[in-house]
Amino acid sequence: MATTRRKKKSNLKQPMQTRRQLLKHIAVNSGLALGVGGVAWWRWSQDPVVEKITPVAEWKNYRVAPSNHYPVMAVIHGQQVPAMVRQGVDSLGGITRFINKGDRVLLKPNVGWDRQPEQAANTGPELVNAVATLCREAGAASVWVTDVSLNDPARCFSRSGIEKAAIEAGAQVRLPTHNDFVDTQMGGQLLKVWPVPRFFHEADKVINLPIVKHHSLCGCTLSMKNWYGVIGGKRNRLHQSIHQSIVDLASAVRPTMTIMDATRVLKRNGPTGGSLADVSFEETIIVSLDEVALDAYALRFLDLQPDAVPFLAMAETAGLGVVDWRSLNVVERQVG
Amino acid sequence: MPRLRTIRRIYAVFFVSLFFVLIFLSSFKNLKGYDTDLFLELDPLTALTTLLSSGVLFKGLALSLLIIVPTLFFGRFFCSWICPLGIMNQGLSRFFTGLRLSQKQNINQYRTIYRLKYYILTIMVILSGFGILQTGLFDPIALITRSVVVSLFPALGQSHIPISDKAIFFQGGVFIALLFLAVMLANRFMTRYWCRVLCPLGALLGLMALRAPFRIRRDVEKCTDCGRCLRDCQGGCDPDGALRISECHVCMNCVEACPDGALHYGVSKPDSALQQPLDINRRRVLEISVSAGIFAPMAHSSITHVSHPDSRVIRPPGSLPEADFLGHCIKCAACMKVCPTNVLQPALFESGLEGLWTPILVNRVGYCEHHCVLCGQVCPTGAIRPITIDEKVGKPPKQAPIKLGTAFFDRGRCLPWAMDVPCIVCEEVCPTTPKAIWYHKVEKVGRDGRLIVLKQPVVEPSRCIGCGICENKCPVQDKAAIRVTSVGESRSKQNKMIL
Repeated sequence: MATTRRKKKSNLKQPMQTRRQLLKHIAVNSGLALGVGGVAWWRWSQDPVVEKITPVAEWKNYRVAPSNHYPVMAVIHGQQVPAMVRQGVDSLGGITRFINKGDRVLLKPNVGWDRQPEQAANTGPELVNAVATLCREAGAASVWVTDVSLNDPARCFSRSGIEKAAIEAGAQVRLPTHNDFVDTQMGGQLLKVWPVPRFFHEADKVINLPIVKHHSLCGCTLSMKNWYGVIGGKRNRLHQSIHQSIVDLASAVRPTMTIMDATRVLKRNGPTGGSLADVSFEETIIVSLDEVALDAYALRFLDLQPDAVPFLAMAETAGLGVVDWRSLNVVERQVG
Repeated sequence: MPRLRTIRRIYAVFFVSLFFVLIFLSSFKNLKGYDTDLFLELDPLTALTTLLSSGVLFKGLALSLLIIVPTLFFGRFFCSWICPLGIMNQGLSRFFTGLRLSQKQNINQYRTIYRLKYYILTIMVILSGFGILQTGLFDPIALITRSVVVSLFPALGQSHIPISDKAIFFQGGVFIALLFLAVMLANRFMTRYWCRVLCPLGALLGLMALRAPFRIRRDVEKCTDCGRCLRDCQGGCDPDGALRISECHVCMNCVEACPDGALHYGVSKPDSALQQPLDINRRRVLEISVSAGIFAPMAHSSITHVSHPDSRVIRPPGSLPEADFLGHCIKCAACMKVCPTNVLQPALFESGLEGLWTPILVNRVGYCEHHCVLCGQVCPTGAIRPITIDEKVGKPPKQAPIKLGTAFFDRGRCLPWAMDVPCIVCEEVCPTTPKAIWYHKVEKVGRDGRLIVLKQPVVEPSRCIGCGICENKCPVQDKAAIRVTSVGESRSKQNKMIL
C-alpha cells in the first residue's frame, strides 16, 4: 500500500547572525583569499615543469706533490704479494709519502664480476688486503673499498674474496646503493655530468688497484680503464667511443697512486674470463704514479704494442703521462 | 598462570615476526641455510594440491604434517596462532571495527556466506587433480608472501627506507598491491572477512577439525545465554549455541569471556551442548565439482607455452618442463625475493591465465646471474629444482649447461650492424667460456670516405645459455638490439631450433 504522505516542509529558521560572526567569517575568508592568491603568485610559471637544480660535485685531485728523489714507477716481481707491495711503495718513498695520519682512503679494485680469484677477472684479494694494511699502518682514519660492479655487487665482493680480505685488514667495504650516487662533473670531451658514488667525494686519497686483463673492444683493461667502475648510470654507451671515454675518465680521476695486479693475468676471453686455461701467472706487482706509463708497460703481459691501443697516445696528448715508460725513472726489483 | 589469550598473542606476534624475518633473510647475503620457506612448507593446502597435481609431496612440504596432525586432534588452531595473514587480519579487524558491544555480538555470528570458502577449496582441489594448480591465487601463505615480496618490500625502497642495495620493480605489481589492500580493507566490513569467507586453507583445516576430540564445549546447565562469548569470537563459530567446529579458530577468547565458566576447551562433559555439523550444500559442491571437471580439459585446450612455445616464457634455471612447472608453482614469489638482479618477474598472461604471477625472466629489468642458483634453493614446491652451480654452468664437454633460451641479434637496431657505431658490450658481458658472442671484424668506408673498422657481433647458439645479460646491458635502451627468447631452453623437448 503506497502512502501519499507528503514530506513535511521544514519551517526551521536560521538563528540571527551576529556582527561578531559576520566579521569572523569575513576575516577567515579574506585570509583564505589571500592564501590562495599568495600560492598562485608564488607558484605561477610560464613553464609547465619546475626545473630541479641538482648540485653537481667536482672531482678532487687526490695526488701528492711530485718529487724528483723517488722513481715514478716500481716493477716488483715475486710471489709474496704483501712483501711485493711494501717493497714497491717503499721504492716510491714509502706509504707515509702518500697517506697522512687521519686520511680517509678509498681503494678502487676491479670487482666487476661474480668470479673467483683464480679466474683473474677481478683484482686479487691479497693485493687489496696488503694495500689496506699499509694504509692502516700509515694511520689512515678509515680505509674504504668500493666499485660499481657489473654483476650483482654483493656476489662480486663476496665471491672475489675481496670483502673478506678487506675486512681482515680493517677496511670497510662500501657497496654503492642507488641512493649513493652523486652527479659529478667529469669535464671531458665526451663525458660531462655522470653519477659517481659519494664515497669518492668523501675520501681524501684514492688508490687505484687495477688488474691486467684482455678486453675485446679495446684490447686490454688496465689502470685507466678501471675508472669505468667509478660511474653509474647507463655507462654501457661509453663503448661507442671507448678510447676517448677512457681518456676522459682518467683525466677526471687523478689517483694518489696506482698499484697494478699482474700476478694472474687473463690473456683471453676477457674481461669476464671463467676458464683457468686463459689465466697466466706473471707474478708481478707494479706501483706507479703515471698511469699512462704503467698501462704502456703492462701491455707486455697481453703481447700488445702501444700503437695497437689508441687511448695511450690520446692520454699522453691530454697530458696524463708518458707512453715511453723507459724515459722515466723506473725501478725493477725481485722480492723473495 | 598467564591467560590463554595472552599465550596465543605471544605465539601470534612470534609467528608474524618470524614470517617477516624469514622473508628479509631471503637474499644472497643473509641466506645461510635458513629455511626461509618455513611458512609455505607448513601449509597443508599447498602440500595437498601439489600432491594432487604432481603426485609428489616435495621435500619440506612434509612439514605440513606438523599442522595437519595436531589439527585433527585440537582443531583449526593454525588460523589464529600461526597464519601471518590471519593474524594481520585479526589485528586490523580490531582497529577497523570499533564497534559497540551489541554490534560485536552481531558481527561475530555465523553467516551462510562462510560456506563460500568450502566451494573455493573444492574448485582448487578438483582442478589440481587435473594438473591445474591455482591454489596460489587464494592460499593465504602464498598470497601474503607474494604481497610482501612484490608490493610491500619494494614500497619500502620507494619510501627511501634502505632495505636493499637497489630499487626493485615488478611488472603488474600494482594489481598484487591492490588485491592485498582489498583483503586488508575487507576487515572493515566483517571481522576477518578473508579468513571466514574466502580462505581455502581455512576451509581445509576446518574439514580436518571436524572430528577433533578437543574443542570448545559449552555447559548448557551453567550457560545463561548472555552472549558475551560472541564479543571477541574470531571464527564466527557460534560458541553461544551449537558450536561449528569447522569455523572455530581455537582462539580461546570465548572461554575467558564467559562469566559463568560455562565454556571450556577439551573433551566432552555430560552437560556439554550439542554441536553443529558442517554447513555446506552438497548440491553446490556437486555442481562445482562437475563444472571444474568439465573446465579442466577446456582450459588445457587453450594455447599456452605447453602447446605452443611462447618467446617470452623464459623460466628460471632448473625449472621443470612447462606442464610440470605449472603443476608445481604456487605463485608465492619466494624466488623473486631472493633473485639478486630483479630479473624474476610475476608473469601476466605470457603463459596463459594459468601462468598468472608465475616467475619469468624479463631481461630488460635484470639478467640471470651466472653462478647464482638461489631461486631453486628457496622454491618450496620444486617447480624450480634445487640445482648446484656446476649443474647450472655445466662442465663441457661432458655435461651441458642449463639453457634458459637463446639470444638473437636485431641487426636493424644493433649499433655496429645498423649504424656503423662500435659497441660489443654484449660480447664483453657474456659469461660463458668461450664466449657465446663473438664478432666479425669488418672494414667499411664511411659516409665521409674514411675507413671504419667495426666488430659486428654474432651469437653462437650452441654456446648461448640465454642468461640475458647481453639484453640487459645492451645500450639500446627501450628495445634491446639483442634479445633472448625461450627457444632452445633445456627443460623443453619441443621448444628447439638447432639440430
